[in-house]
Amino acid sequence: MKAVIHPNTKRLFMAQVTNQMRGNTHFSGSDRVIASLLVLFLFVLPCFAQQDWIRTGTGLGVEKIRLAVPDFKSSNQDPKNADLLKAFNDTLWNDLDNAGIFDLVSKSFNPLEVPGQPTEVKFEVWSAPPPNASMLAFGNLGVSDNTIMVQGWLYDVKNVTSPQVLGKQYTDAATTDAARLIAHKFADEIIFRLGGGVQGIAESSIYFVSDRSGHKEIWAMDYDGSNQHAITHLASISLSPRISPDGSRLAFSSLTKTSWEIMMYSLELGRAVTFPRFGGTNLSPAWAPDGTRLAFSSSRTGTSEIYLVDASGGSLKRLTTAKGPDVSPTWNRKTGAQLAFVSGRTGLPQIYTMEADGTNVQRMTDQGYAVSPSWAPNGQFLTFSWMRKYGPGAPGSNDIYLMDIASKQWVQLTHDGGRNDYPSWSPDGRHIVFQSSRSGSEQIWTMLADGTKVQQLTFTGHNTQPNWSWK
Amino acid sequence: MKLQKMKWITLVFALGAILMLGACKKKVAPPPPPAPPPPPAPTASLSANPNSVQKGQPTTLSWQTTNATDVSIDGIGAVQPSGSQQVTPADSTTYHLTAKGAGGTQEATARVTVGPPPPAQTTGPSATEEELFSQSVKDLYFDYDKADIRADQQSALQGDAQFLGQHSSIRATVEGHCDERGSTEYNLALGTSRAEAVKSALTQAGIAADRVKTISYGKEKPFCNEHTEECWQQNRRAHFVYQK
Repeated sequence: MKAVIHPNTKRLFMAQVTNQMRGNTHFSGSDRVIASLLVLFLFVLPCFAQQDWIRTGTGLGVEKIRLAVPDFKSSNQDPKNADLLKAFNDTLWNDLDNAGIFDLVSKSFNPLEVPGQPTEVKFEVWSAPPPNASMLAFGNLGVSDNTIMVQGWLYDVKNVTSPQVLGKQYTDAATTDAARLIAHKFADEIIFRLGGGVQGIAESSIYFVSDRSGHKEIWAMDYDGSNQHAITHLASISLSPRISPDGSRLAFSSLTKTSWEIMMYSLELGRAVTFPRFGGTNLSPAWAPDGTRLAFSSSRTGTSEIYLVDASGGSLKRLTTAKGPDVSPTWNRKTGAQLAFVSGRTGLPQIYTMEADGTNVQRMTDQGYAVSPSWAPNGQFLTFSWMRKYGPGAPGSNDIYLMDIASKQWVQLTHDGGRNDYPSWSPDGRHIVFQSSRSGSEQIWTMLADGTKVQQLTFTGHNTQPNWSWK
Repeated sequence: MKLQKMKWITLVFALGAILMLGACKKKVAPPPPPAPPPPPAPTASLSANPNSVQKGQPTTLSWQTTNATDVSIDGIGAVQPSGSQQVTPADSTTYHLTAKGAGGTQEATARVTVGPPPPAQTTGPSATEEELFSQSVKDLYFDYDKADIRADQQSALQGDAQFLGQHSSIRATVEGHCDERGSTEYNLALGTSRAEAVKSALTQAGIAADRVKTISYGKEKPFCNEHTEECWQQNRRAHFVYQK
């Protein structure tokens, strides 16, 4: 594995990618890929940290695959084709661009004649400059009888004798939603093949809190910000949505007449399902990766502590006993055996980890105001929101940080101002969704896990506490 | 003209009163005893409308006499032979009219019953209790990221405890609030700590724990929306709410 220091950092020294990243033999292939693509830890002496930007990177030291994605062509004369083609082409481009593993060939470099069928591919035109592509994704779309049919191929244009990597055909109802979904599926196929066997995220969802209806309700959207829609209509205050690993249930916290309670919403039934009320302030539910348990914070005994319950709310078990609030648990998504959480036991809130039985409590952050931990899918990293110098007279900025759990070394991911909070990992471990006030109001943004490719997803009302689905 | 009109009104009123008396047997004065033809004996009637009032409310006495030269009502004094007057009796009263004439003396009575204050007034003290609560019970303010009760808030806390001690029927909810800085989830936990700290202090001061409920609003329901320390201080508080 190679780590490359980005040239625009002045003084830095590189911490090694930790030993277990290199030497751990029971890494699966996909983890190795994540590890190699993900962050290579570059650490700055703390005194330089404020003035230097660090590029940690999904791409550092790894050549990105140069991929050409000409617009798909119409396969017939149906008048609906134009709208659906636009939705499809935009979505496919955006998905592949977002993936963070491709160097997309600008469409202006494409030859005038683009292929819609394998027979139309001119290999030498694509493999030579200006496109200079290694891979070519192309195909066609046509509507007939209100059915959309898409054919898509992925060609290795430098392998003229056996170029086909992928050949796919999709049919669905002729709607823009279906066209987008097909584009997501095809993009995920390409990302899976070329991205080292890591599943793409184009079909994943993000759950969040929005006040655009006048109340804070739970909303959902596609990972790229399209298809935003309300899930709850409780007209109270609902917070901290957490989707179950299988995507069937949504846990969140909602204000009742006398307390904050954990609510459970079935996305399959389209309604809330019974979940016990514990009294006091019950907050921040977190699903164990196997979906059988939930951790959450409850003040049922007077102080906020971390508790465990099973998925139906039974077998309540208290994990923490320290004075000072304990909130915002998150599971080690790889092992399901540890939890990270926030505790104010020493004053300002800090990030801690512990075993899932409450033992072996370790403090991770050493100063400031650190909240909202999210555990990376590979089990090695935590992201969280940190104001490293916080308090009266020190109006530090509130940014997203990434920490290597084993070494406690960290790197700052956001640098663009505003309050940045509630990071949540994408299922492929390559992206992070978070909330930021950098645009003037709280909105939801995504970025690659190295802090680049920042995109705003929401624009209406205030949108907070994003939670990325598990797949 | 005006005088005539008034007389007419009086007459109509009096007739109405007589009719009513006729309808209301209970109140009808005993019929006059048979009298020798000369001289004609006086007649008298007295009524109160309404004849049952709540304490502090007025009623109207109306009377009518004939063949009387000297008419008086006990407690009021000499009156016209016919007339009406508003009275506000403190307690249930029997008004007694005496009509004297050449033909003798005639008496009539009317009783006014004074009841207790209306039920609506019984909520009066309770509304006052709520008013008293909002006047007397003071919110407590906190330092940044802290849930312990500041030295300068101790007198307010003692006042609150004293008030709740004196009004043992009152129940209260303590709301924990935080300023806008920091995370939603942590602030809800911090607000819980503030509310619980106040509850625990009140309990130590002898207030029964079941009279004090707590809830945290974190930074969800701020009192003040400016981004200044003054405003943040307003929002870092335990707010007392009267529980109906």
